[in-house]
Amino acid sequence: MSRRQFNQILVPTIAVVVFLLLWELLVWANGWPNYVMASPSDLWPAYVRFSGLFVEASWETLWRTVAGLGLAIIFGTLIGMIMGFSRTMRDALYPLLVGFNAIPKATVVPIMALLFVGQHDFNTVMLAFMISFFPIAVSVSIGLSTLEPEYRDILRSLGASKLTIFWKIALPKTLPEFFGALKVAVTLAFIGTNLMEIVSPHGRGLGALFDSGKTNSDYPLMFAVLIVLAALGILLFYVVVFLERIFAGWAERRET
Amino acid sequence: MTDMPQIALRNVTHAYKTDDGPLPVLRDLNIDIPEGEFCAVVGPSGCGKSTLTRLIAGLMRADEGDVILHGEMVKGPKNTVGMAFQNPVLLEWRTIMDNVLLPLEIVPTKLTKAQQRERAMSLLELVGLRGFEDKRPSELSGGMRQRASLCRAIVHKPEVLILDEPFGALDAFTREDLWQTMHNLRAEEPFTALLITHDLRESIFLADEVVVLSGRPATAQYKLKVTFEGERKLDDLYTQKATDMLSILRHQIEIAQGRVPNDNSGGEAA
Repeated sequence: MSRRQFNQILVPTIAVVVFLLLWELLVWANGWPNYVMASPSDLWPAYVRFSGLFVEASWETLWRTVAGLGLAIIFGTLIGMIMGFSRTMRDALYPLLVGFNAIPKATVVPIMALLFVGQHDFNTVMLAFMISFFPIAVSVSIGLSTLEPEYRDILRSLGASKLTIFWKIALPKTLPEFFGALKVAVTLAFIGTNLMEIVSPHGRGLGALFDSGKTNSDYPLMFAVLIVLAALGILLFYVVVFLERIFAGWAERRET
Repeated sequence: MTDMPQIALRNVTHAYKTDDGPLPVLRDLNIDIPEGEFCAVVGPSGCGKSTLTRLIAGLMRADEGDVILHGEMVKGPKNTVGMAFQNPVLLEWRTIMDNVLLPLEIVPTKLTKAQQRERAMSLLELVGLRGFEDKRPSELSGGMRQRASLCRAIVHKPEVLILDEPFGALDAFTREDLWQTMHNLRAEEPFTALLITHDLRESIFLADEVVVLSGRPATAQYKLKVTFEGERKLDDLYTQKATDMLSILRHQIEIAQGRVPNDNSGGEAA
């Protein structure tokens, strides 16, 4: 392991430890009881006590977030392609998309819950999808519509089809923008999943676990859930960063 | 082989549709380029030179008149054409080698993968890019990127090469280097070429014939046969002969710009 790689792991680890210590210190110095603010040392017992629930809930939250994000990628890319290739469709769809994006998704939760009663998995995935497809659609459409005509012409002059031009040039050229949007979308999808889990009755996943901590006045449990949510968020984010490095690593200029 | 010129434009007229009505760019344009010849087109800015390249490449259709490539009317893009632009438009996510190989992924070829690489390698060698085949475009200088772009333009052995100001954005020394490269390529790979340029010295150094376009709507205002003896060297540009040709072209450009009255009569005038 090189010194640089070592630093890449060590520095963030130290930062997390420092953060936890400061948190502990803050609660201790103010003499706050558990029901005002739990401290990191209170969290461990909560994890031990509810370990089975945590594993199950994390899995529920994780798969539904990834499923919603997957839908957002497919749908967002499709919408982005339509808007990127057709000026008319861009003019038609843009206000609709912006309007849709502006609706606070918390208001959508009861509508979804009524529309698809009892379909908790479906509703959760849908909300994660709805909240996260917008940045993907916008970035793909901008990436495609700002493609310099010469890029198209080098292939078109050889008689390449539109599909070939899309695969060989438009798509790869859009990848850096796409991954930029995906980093935003991954966090949004996560928020969507949790929103549904917390708000909808008889929910499952980490959101529901948080909600039951609230109902039972188990404050350390609530904080413990938040920490797991943060950890899962970090995990998903770095999966995207990892994929970006594989598929769009060329966009990163080497230091000279 | 036919007697037909490789590239022929017959009374080509074209206008762009704008919000303020049609904007005529080409009018009754006639150009013949025999097989293997190198033709340079010069003219004032915005006179429709790039439109000309897009018509020949089949990326656009002319309103009127015929564009003929190897004896056939141009109805759409043909894979016997190679193109290079002022912007080298290399694909940043590909290595230089894979950039050069791009046309062979589109144009049907009998070459095996190994033979394709071999061909690309020999072209890269010819333009002085040996050892850079695995680099990304962002690691190369502007001149080197343009060299790679030239390799890509001819890797599929096009019969016709269309160059739209490929050296326009380069510094003077790099440009002269690339002129020499162009001659080397031409010696190895026979092709018919049309070069759009703003540089009169470039036009007489590279071309067999220089066509001066008039202001918009452009027509062929003047045609100059370039006659240097033997292999061309940069020194040829500093001879009396070159100076005479340049001063004729300079004068024609001024006519095209509308700065001096047109006094063309007979002779070489079109």
